Amino acid sequence: MPTQERRDDRAFRMSRRKMMRGVAAVLGAIALPAQDAPASVWESFFQKNFRELSPEDLKGVLSRLEKEYSEKYKKAVKVRATPPIEGVSYGYGLDLSRCIGCRRCVYACVEENNQSRDPQIHWIRVLQLNKERGVDLEDAEHYYNPAKVPEKGHFYMPVQCQQCEHPPCVKVCPVQATWKERDGITVVDYNWCIGCRYCMAACPYGARHFNWKKPGLPSAEMNPETHYLGNRPRPVGVVEKCTFCVQRVRNTPGRYTACVEICPVGARKFGNLLDPESEMRYIIENKRVFILKEDLNTRPKFYYFYAT
Amino acid sequence: MKRDRSRHRFFPGMVVLAACLAAGVASSAPSEEKGKVAKPHAAAPAEKQFAVPTPPFTPGIFPCSDCHKEMTPNPKRRELKEEHTNIVLNHAEGQRWCLDCHDTYDRDRLHLVNGQRIRFEESYRLCGQCHGDKYRDWKVGVHGKRTGMWNGEKQYLLCVNCHNPHDPRFKPLKPLPPPVRPGDIR
Amino acid sequence: MPMRMIWGFFKGTLVLITKGSKAYYIWMVTLLCFMGIGFLAYLYQLQHGLIVTAMRDQVSWGFYISNFTFLVGVAAAAVLLVIPAYVYHWKPLKEVAVLGEMLAVSAMVMCLLFVTVDIGRPDRFWHLIPKFGILNFPQSMLAWDVVVLNIYLVLNLTIAVFILYNLYHKREPSKSFTTPLLLFSIPAAVSIHTVTAFLYNGLAARPFWNASILAPRFLASAFCSGPALMIILFQIIRKYTRIEIKNEAIFKVAELIAYSMFINLFLLGAEVFKEFYSNTIHLAPMQYLFFGLKGHSDLVPFIWTAMIFNVSAFFLFLIPQTRENYVTLNIGCVLIIIGVYIEKGMGLVIPGLVPDTLGEIFEYSPTGIELLLTMGIWATGLLVYTLLLRVAVPILTGEFFVGEDGRTAVIVDTEFIRRADHLAEQSYRD
Repeated sequence: MPTQERRDDRAFRMSRRKMMRGVAAVLGAIALPAQDAPASVWESFFQKNFRELSPEDLKGVLSRLEKEYSEKYKKAVKVRATPPIEGVSYGYGLDLSRCIGCRRCVYACVEENNQSRDPQIHWIRVLQLNKERGVDLEDAEHYYNPAKVPEKGHFYMPVQCQQCEHPPCVKVCPVQATWKERDGITVVDYNWCIGCRYCMAACPYGARHFNWKKPGLPSAEMNPETHYLGNRPRPVGVVEKCTFCVQRVRNTPGRYTACVEICPVGARKFGNLLDPESEMRYIIENKRVFILKEDLNTRPKFYYFYAT
Repeated sequence: MKRDRSRHRFFPGMVVLAACLAAGVASSAPSEEKGKVAKPHAAAPAEKQFAVPTPPFTPGIFPCSDCHKEMTPNPKRRELKEEHTNIVLNHAEGQRWCLDCHDTYDRDRLHLVNGQRIRFEESYRLCGQCHGDKYRDWKVGVHGKRTGMWNGEKQYLLCVNCHNPHDPRFKPLKPLPPPVRPGDIR
Repeated sequence: MPMRMIWGFFKGTLVLITKGSKAYYIWMVTLLCFMGIGFLAYLYQLQHGLIVTAMRDQVSWGFYISNFTFLVGVAAAAVLLVIPAYVYHWKPLKEVAVLGEMLAVSAMVMCLLFVTVDIGRPDRFWHLIPKFGILNFPQSMLAWDVVVLNIYLVLNLTIAVFILYNLYHKREPSKSFTTPLLLFSIPAAVSIHTVTAFLYNGLAARPFWNASILAPRFLASAFCSGPALMIILFQIIRKYTRIEIKNEAIFKVAELIAYSMFINLFLLGAEVFKEFYSNTIHLAPMQYLFFGLKGHSDLVPFIWTAMIFNVSAFFLFLIPQTRENYVTLNIGCVLIIIGVYIEKGMGLVIPGLVPDTLGEIFEYSPTGIELLLTMGIWATGLLVYTLLLRVAVPILTGEFFVGEDGRTAVIVDTEFIRRADHLAEQSYRD
């Protein structure tokens, strides 16, 4: 009897849902901060994966987040979900012959992308390497702090998300909370990530960072121009990463990334790999270029090069 | 930076416009079509213009003619003993002196090897005479810092914004603080 | 009505678990105390975030996942031990097969708890459930692990409950039901462990894990630790309950451990040789583990302890005289459990992450919260196992069965944990 079966099936699913909600309520009561407004807590709890949201759903989500952040940071916060621009695949270039290791990029990124100040999260890690040893990561110094850089006998290699063509982090995520967008940017849905940190184990570049604690982001320093998949404030217990400043670069015209803008030596380059006129194409076609850990076949779109 | 003057004020705007119109013309992208398009322009004296900031003059020093117009130019190669003694040439010293770059008769301009006078805003052309490879990279935004819109208007820096023309080596900087060690994140 | 019979059985078990000797109560209360402490630790962790652990971006997995990995091995091995009993009808083991299934169930519960406490957003666990959320199957090995671990848990629970339920009704469990399930549990046991190994194995970013020998090593070491744990449990069970377990069975298991340990040490040796002889950049984690790297050597004493324990245990189990002497046998078991716990736990997880992918060395050692929470989960596992035994043991000894009416349960065994001499006295009275 198909109708009977269907009814059974529905009853089963409903009871499952009920049970789920019950369990969710218990866990939610434990896990979620009590001071938050209950309605929005439930809305965010049952929110679907970003890629499954209908346009109306998305609108609702964005306005809910805008309201939430605006109240929390006491300023008008914009949360956009600008889609990729057609015919664009972003590439990044970093001139190792120029970088002096001054870490201006690290902190410009923190400010632009609303990283937690305390506990500290940096999306960019600048490595000090020995000219004699070359790119030998085992020999990298992460915590150099001389009076002046560059130091004699050293060169500097900033590392951030390499926006791989074959991102191992995406493959391993058990819930598809992270994925590569059409323009090549790998993003995270902070409302879907379960915080298992498998992606962090899978990333060969140390590019993923976890919110071990509720992020500390002072209202005054909060950048209110945000993107859902990029620099909007993150909750505790989820993973985040560099998005090539998705909130900037997806606009037409779109600003260069914060790290490109700040770099005092102009070592950082950014452009559309599909545009033959872009600086990235010029670099790839005319300079000595290498990608980090090429043997892993991750095919980064982050090119280190030597301009001289 | 205090700086003169109305006659220079109109310049950046004009340059931006020109840069937009001429976008990519001077790029040395090796595509064939580009080469063909570029040829007639190469024959013409008009160089591509770039959106650059105002040159980083020492406050109050420009226009140079304010002082120099009363003086008789002395084209004799010599060491300056009375004025500009703070400038120690650390840039092919021994082979160059002031008037190799600064124009002898129009002190508010520079001149190229072929004698063409150029404004300080176009100093990259002067630098490019020796540093052709850097000039080529700079024009496409690969040497030096270029900001603005990755898919729109771009702002350049002049060579002299980063390199003191008399002592061009990039000066070391104080690095920003190192990251907190993982064991100290609490 | 079967529903009513099942309800009767269920009600009977609920009554049964509340009855027991003083020792049983003390044991249960002790476990509950540890669970309570663990739960408080978990609440603290939920409130403050995983910052209360020693894990950081550089070492993003730690003690929880180490315990998880070890316990997957225990769960797999506990069942693999049961297989010969059923498939080859090897009598001495057959009587205790159910005890192995139950150990697997308890270990699985602990595994799932360790994963739960490790994730940053336990409130979003439902994202893993197909239809409600999105399970990234078959791309993610973690999705595979979620699937196989849950199948394995349900499978073992089904087999054990089915067998016990039938024995409770004084029936021989239907072979046509148990045999296929037991046969299926063989690949399932192998697969939970293989999949867990692949979870690490598939990460090219981590050379220490990215060795194809990892899955065989996992299985070999599981065949050491799981059976060693069972030998000790068997002895405790036969000492304090009416269950009889023949020496023959225990010695056979010990022999199996000797072979497994040989394979385990051989595979480890092969891996160590390859890394040290070829001396590539991938040597660093191995170097860190065995000798320390750039002055960082927290794991070194542990791994050498494990090595010495494993090798000593291998000889204890290899030589028949020491294998069949309970003092040396038990020493061997303890050595193996500790040895494999180190080697397969922290000794496997931490060097995979140290030095990190950018060459940084961060020495991880668990915080108090991590230790308390881990103790709480172990207590939970032991409690689950005790409860399962509390029901299984009287059924197996015929002291808990269905009454004449076919519904009411008859409970003869009201003590459960008793000293063997008391057992002897009692049997005279019976």
